[in-house]
Amino acid sequence: MTDALLAGELPLPPRPDYLRHGSTISSWLATTDHKRIAILYAITITFFFFLGGAAITAVRLELFQPNGWLLTSDTYNKLFSFHGIIMVWFFLVPSIPNTLGNFLLPLMIGAPDVAFPRLNLFSWYLTVAAGAFTVYALVAGGVDTGWTFYTPYSSMFSNTHVFAAAAGVFVVGFASIATGVNFIATTHMLRAPGMTWFRLPLFVWAIYATSLIMVLATPVLAISLLLVIAERVLGLPIFDPARGGDPILFQHLFWFYSHPAVYIMVLPAMGVVSEIIPCFARRRIFGYDFMVYAMLAIAGVGFFVWGHHMFVSGQSALASLVFSFLSFIIAVPSAIKVFNWTASLYRGQISFESPMLYALGFVGLFTTGGLSGLFLASIPVDIHVTDTYFVVAHFHYIMVGGSVSAFFAGLHFWWPKVTGKLYPESWAKFAAILMYAGFNMTFLPQFFAGYLGMPRRYHTYPAEFQIYNVMSSAGAAVLAIAYLLPLGYLTWSLFYGGKAAKNPWGATGLEWTTGSPPPPKNFDRQPRVDRGPYDYHAEGMSAGTDPPEMQNARETR
Amino acid sequence: MNSLFRLPEASTHAATVDHIFYLLLVLSGATVVLVFGLILLFAVRYRRGSAAKRGPMPEILSREFEIGWTVATLLTFAFLFWWASSADLSSLAAPPGALEIHVVAKQWMWKTQHSNGAREINALHVPLDKPVHLLMSSQDVIHSFFVPAFRVKKDVLPGRDTDLWFQASKTGTFPLLCAEYCGTNHSMMRGKIVVMRQDDYAKWLVQQPEGDDLAHEGARLFVSRGCSGCHAGSSNVHAPRLAGLYGRAVQLADGRTVSADDAYIRDSILQPKRDVVAGFEPIMPSFKGLLDDGEIQSLTAYIRSLREEQQND
Repeated sequence: MTDALLAGELPLPPRPDYLRHGSTISSWLATTDHKRIAILYAITITFFFFLGGAAITAVRLELFQPNGWLLTSDTYNKLFSFHGIIMVWFFLVPSIPNTLGNFLLPLMIGAPDVAFPRLNLFSWYLTVAAGAFTVYALVAGGVDTGWTFYTPYSSMFSNTHVFAAAAGVFVVGFASIATGVNFIATTHMLRAPGMTWFRLPLFVWAIYATSLIMVLATPVLAISLLLVIAERVLGLPIFDPARGGDPILFQHLFWFYSHPAVYIMVLPAMGVVSEIIPCFARRRIFGYDFMVYAMLAIAGVGFFVWGHHMFVSGQSALASLVFSFLSFIIAVPSAIKVFNWTASLYRGQISFESPMLYALGFVGLFTTGGLSGLFLASIPVDIHVTDTYFVVAHFHYIMVGGSVSAFFAGLHFWWPKVTGKLYPESWAKFAAILMYAGFNMTFLPQFFAGYLGMPRRYHTYPAEFQIYNVMSSAGAAVLAIAYLLPLGYLTWSLFYGGKAAKNPWGATGLEWTTGSPPPPKNFDRQPRVDRGPYDYHAEGMSAGTDPPEMQNARETR
Repeated sequence: MNSLFRLPEASTHAATVDHIFYLLLVLSGATVVLVFGLILLFAVRYRRGSAAKRGPMPEILSREFEIGWTVATLLTFAFLFWWASSADLSSLAAPPGALEIHVVAKQWMWKTQHSNGAREINALHVPLDKPVHLLMSSQDVIHSFFVPAFRVKKDVLPGRDTDLWFQASKTGTFPLLCAEYCGTNHSMMRGKIVVMRQDDYAKWLVQQPEGDDLAHEGARLFVSRGCSGCHAGSSNVHAPRLAGLYGRAVQLADGRTVSADDAYIRDSILQPKRDVVAGFEPIMPSFKGLLDDGEIQSLTAYIRSLREEQQND
């Protein structure tokens, strides 16, 4: 007799996993399964990632020459604007939450689905509709305001398709809000018996903190874009100073969303890395509760630092001082997280599979990016380097070096779970190392160019900056190859990859107790949780090589 | 202009900024060495299957350890904040007696005007070792006045004056750049700052084509645009007298009191119904669209000069 029968259960008939559970187009487009919606999102954001990447490829090519050689200034301005809008709202914001988060959140807390499955599908449709608006803006002739839509340029002066682009961002904001509400409700309502708040994996905490920011901040983005549209289309005087408006008002509203949005992009990345490092070091995460508090602190304080984008805007000195102070304060929880990831390696049994390489790459690039943030929190230094390539380098280190590396780390880590297939490991390791090298080749020179005074959004530039731009563009070519490689070998693995076992990495966590790929409702039996996360070894001990104790979710066939 | 790795420090402010910058660089470098060093050390020493000691964790890696580095980080950052901000505060306001120069930005050029009325386009000549105070406004979108060699930058806004001051400490020609994206030819909105010795500057200024200084030009506008029809002492219209107005506190009809600064004068010209002076009827028409920013600056300079004349009496 098998264990299941001994436990008093009836043997279940074989049933297809979520990928094979229906193969019609409508079984995908009308699905309410969070895992299938995650796949829909993954396809959508991959499309947008390469679209935004194509735009910046043209920009980097153009910058080989100080006075331009391919594009007109208008085209150049439209390309970097499109790159920013697409990458922020159609790739980075939805990247980890809507793909990995959608897929893993219910699995990690032992739930059959998210709290509002149909809302989840609706939010994907909103994203697609918003993407259509934005791509329309490009096809119809482009938008040239930059991703920041600063007034009065966007509301009174630009002769491009600002309305379509702003409408796209406005709509995708609602997709964000819907997802945030859904994840918050899911985390509160659907945790398995025994899954207390402090037994949640850090990835769940990260998604939860991110959702809070999405729900609280995104409405302000909607408001600011509506006001731009109201002035541009209806002629209402809001930002026009000649009619009593204030152009700076827009910056306050915009950054009230867009600074927290940086944490929407980076908190999920922190969550991913906090899952991967313990697994490959075979260690409990160091300082679990501090990691949780750090994320909540980042989410909270993140709402009160927006003014550090405006030190040169003419805001009052007192306001600048307060924002500068809070910007230093918010660096403390980030520093704590870096120290804790590092300390988690101490006395580990570390192996270096591709997810771990990507995750360590994240820690390195996030540390570099975070330290450059201290320069921007110091008012006198910020005044010199703001609106230069120093800032460009800084936020790419956080959002591309950090978040995109972590996205690839998570993609590789959970790929066997999501697809049931194994990818060629040596290619993956090669891509991870190439990505790290290519990224630094691209963005490290920009710190120098920025400090020496090269402003951002410059189509033509003084000739002495050419050396830095050539280095950057050459690095970007390496980076482009590193991003294309996974597209190749991961697609290959879908058809020819070996079959993945239930728990190929020997990780803790409920998602590894169910099949790869999981069945439609995730678990055949309601999981019960009787231990904290990252139970790779006994408390107070260091790493061992034994397989970890798994959560109490007994398998059924 | 600059060598590959070093930007000239051509203002008194530049050295201060660079000191903070270098301290941050050293601290960041130390942190990078610490974090990357530890990661590499652990990665090698605790690679899977290595002979390094594992066993029970040492006592020291406890909650106190975590609190310790949290507090250490917090104190370091608080120190950095204090140091950077005190440098910033001490350089906030332009020193009295600074040379005033007006800057108007528009898509896509810089127009500057010296106190004697000499005008330049995409260029600004300034004397060495003398504080220079720029009063700036924009005719269209937001621009940003950026001189890397001086480490100064300030947004130039439509409808509102911003200011900036610096004291050049090296002669030479330095790039002036627009740092806030302002449309098609944003990257062409560049100019030069020429720092000259004080006597050279005086000579240069004299050689410039005769232009009226701002206050005189403002006085002409004051008559030609009809301001004097009501605001001159001889007028029959009941309108506030402007002599001695600048810098004074003004009692408004709705009970507020405002200070008559540049912004107030600009508002009163463009939106006269907004701040009506106590005891007067709101009969003044708006000059919105009739005056450009340069003309408003001239009128403001004229009204300011009325104060000076009165004090001299």
